[in-house]
Amino acid sequence: MTTHISSLARAAAITALFATAGSALAQTQISGAGASFPAPLYQRWSQEFAAKNPGMQVNYQSVGSGAGIKQFTENLVNFGASDAAMTDEQMAKVAKGVVLIPATAGSIVLAYNLPGLEGIKLSREVYAGIFLGTVTKWNDPKIAAANPGIDLPDMDIVVCVRSDGSGTTFVFTKHLAAISPQFKDEVGEGTAVTWPVGVAGKGNEGVTALVKQTPGGIGYVEFGYAQHNKLPMATLENKSGEFVVPTEESGAATLASVELPENLRIWPSDPSGKGDYPIATFTWILLYKTYDDAKIKNAVVDFVKFGLTDGQQFAPELGYIKLPESVIAKCMAALDTVQ
Amino acid sequence: MNSPSPESSALDEYKSGPDIFRILCWVAAAATVATLAWIVYEIVKQASPAISEFGFGFITGKVWSANRDIFGVLPFLIGTVVSSVIAIVIALPLGLSVAIFLSEDFLPLPVRQVVRFVVELLAAIPSVVYGLWGIAVVIPLVQEYGAILAKNLGPSIPLFKGPAFGNSMLTASLVLALMILPTITAISRTALVAVPKTLREGAYALGATRWEAILGVIMPTAAPGIVAATILALGRAMGETMAIAMLIGNSSRLTWSLLSPSGTLAGLLANEFGEASGLQIASLMYAALLLVVLTLGVNIIGEAVLRRAQKNVAGAL
Repeated sequence: MTTHISSLARAAAITALFATAGSALAQTQISGAGASFPAPLYQRWSQEFAAKNPGMQVNYQSVGSGAGIKQFTENLVNFGASDAAMTDEQMAKVAKGVVLIPATAGSIVLAYNLPGLEGIKLSREVYAGIFLGTVTKWNDPKIAAANPGIDLPDMDIVVCVRSDGSGTTFVFTKHLAAISPQFKDEVGEGTAVTWPVGVAGKGNEGVTALVKQTPGGIGYVEFGYAQHNKLPMATLENKSGEFVVPTEESGAATLASVELPENLRIWPSDPSGKGDYPIATFTWILLYKTYDDAKIKNAVVDFVKFGLTDGQQFAPELGYIKLPESVIAKCMAALDTVQ
Repeated sequence: MNSPSPESSALDEYKSGPDIFRILCWVAAAATVATLAWIVYEIVKQASPAISEFGFGFITGKVWSANRDIFGVLPFLIGTVVSSVIAIVIALPLGLSVAIFLSEDFLPLPVRQVVRFVVELLAAIPSVVYGLWGIAVVIPLVQEYGAILAKNLGPSIPLFKGPAFGNSMLTASLVLALMILPTITAISRTALVAVPKTLREGAYALGATRWEAILGVIMPTAAPGIVAATILALGRAMGETMAIAMLIGNSSRLTWSLLSPSGTLAGLLANEFGEASGLQIASLMYAALLLVVLTLGVNIIGEAVLRRAQKNVAGAL
């Protein structure tokens, strides 16, 4: 959290600096809006990009994926960003056409609060059961079976979920629906679903706070949030029956095993490769296929290219996963189609 | 009589020009009313797809499931009413006691002024700060004592059925009670102070003790004002958003237990609007319309009672 705030503050300071110095330089301003999950990274890119290219200014507003798609469709920004990409129906509404670029990626982890117990292993059946409300105690025999030698407490499991619509919920419910037919029937997938159990907080920070505060709590948050708050994260079973610790490497392994389709839109909803962490996702930058102003188009494309190349090195320190080379190559090719 | 007197010519001059001040006042007043009408119009317009789709069933529907396009607002409606009513039940005796204390001469005037100032200062604290305070202070308390309540009373009384959550209806209601305390205190105090001196003195002259005078004469006379204070506080409690969204746990499940998470209309809007699309936006607007009708109705009733009270007291003088 503090890193996010200080990076925001730095972004603001640099923006202010350029606002005063800018009049002397020939300035190009581009604006984007959308997903809050990658916002710290995009804002970092914007600072570094401005430092390298004086006179270029990129403003990114973290308004949420849904609002980002709305503003992008209504032509209010130069680029959008969304954790849920865009549906074919949504893309059809954009007259100028859409190019989807996966710009970074992240894992979703199950952070929990059991004092003194790190690295609890949860099988597929168990963590789906927890979010369905069928597994309610930490010393449930099914949890104990995967954790021999660990003395699990006789405590209620307090499920912590998101109260606001979010890309994180979208990806997490997509995964649960893929591994549990019961979850698919009873809850379904979407940016906002009706959870059968638990308390809800607003934003990743809200869920993180709930877990931190509730003994016996467990909640789904982006990897970076759990890491910054030093919350233990559950080791999850993937499709091939292997228990995988959420790390940058295991998330990268998941992404590497994904074959990107033509439109670069895919969710690895249930990866099966060896060492693949089960819940990892791309997040997309939305570009128009054609821009009216060549100067704006060049600035946007340069910015995204910068993010895909030099920008990737900032991903791990902010809790994101570096994109695999194969993905970057495909993105670069897609960027060249922007006119 | 042929030539007009100097005074009347000055009056004519005054009347002949346009009365700019009056026009300005009219415009300002009309703009306020027009804004309210505009807000309601816009909400109704945007809600119309949901109104035609769900009609009255929206209000009685128990399921709010955005990903399946099923929208029923009953759990949030109940949550709004229950949290506000519990807050009133807690805040009214407290606020009224403070108001009586401040309107009598138990303490020297300067001390009373300070207490009054502090209570009214509670109204100036931003909602989000109440929310943070609730997270830091009230949630751990409710977690700890709620678990004890759930263990001892839960099996027999459904209101305290476990498991006990920190983010619950009880937590939200407790913080809400504190937030509406200044409203109740300030308006009740005004009503108590406005009780004519002759009535007080009459009561004492007849040999009433202080408590008999307060309970038998002063409070009944001020009763309409106190009722108005309660209703206005209820209106504020229903519309409260930020602190509630941070504390209530935002669940749409219907339950009897006060120790379980719940949700309110205002909290629902704050949570879901950002990422909403299509029918969900219309449904949220429909929910907003219900909230507006609810709070507007409560406030109108409160205002009417208050007016009547002021008229009666003035008449008694």
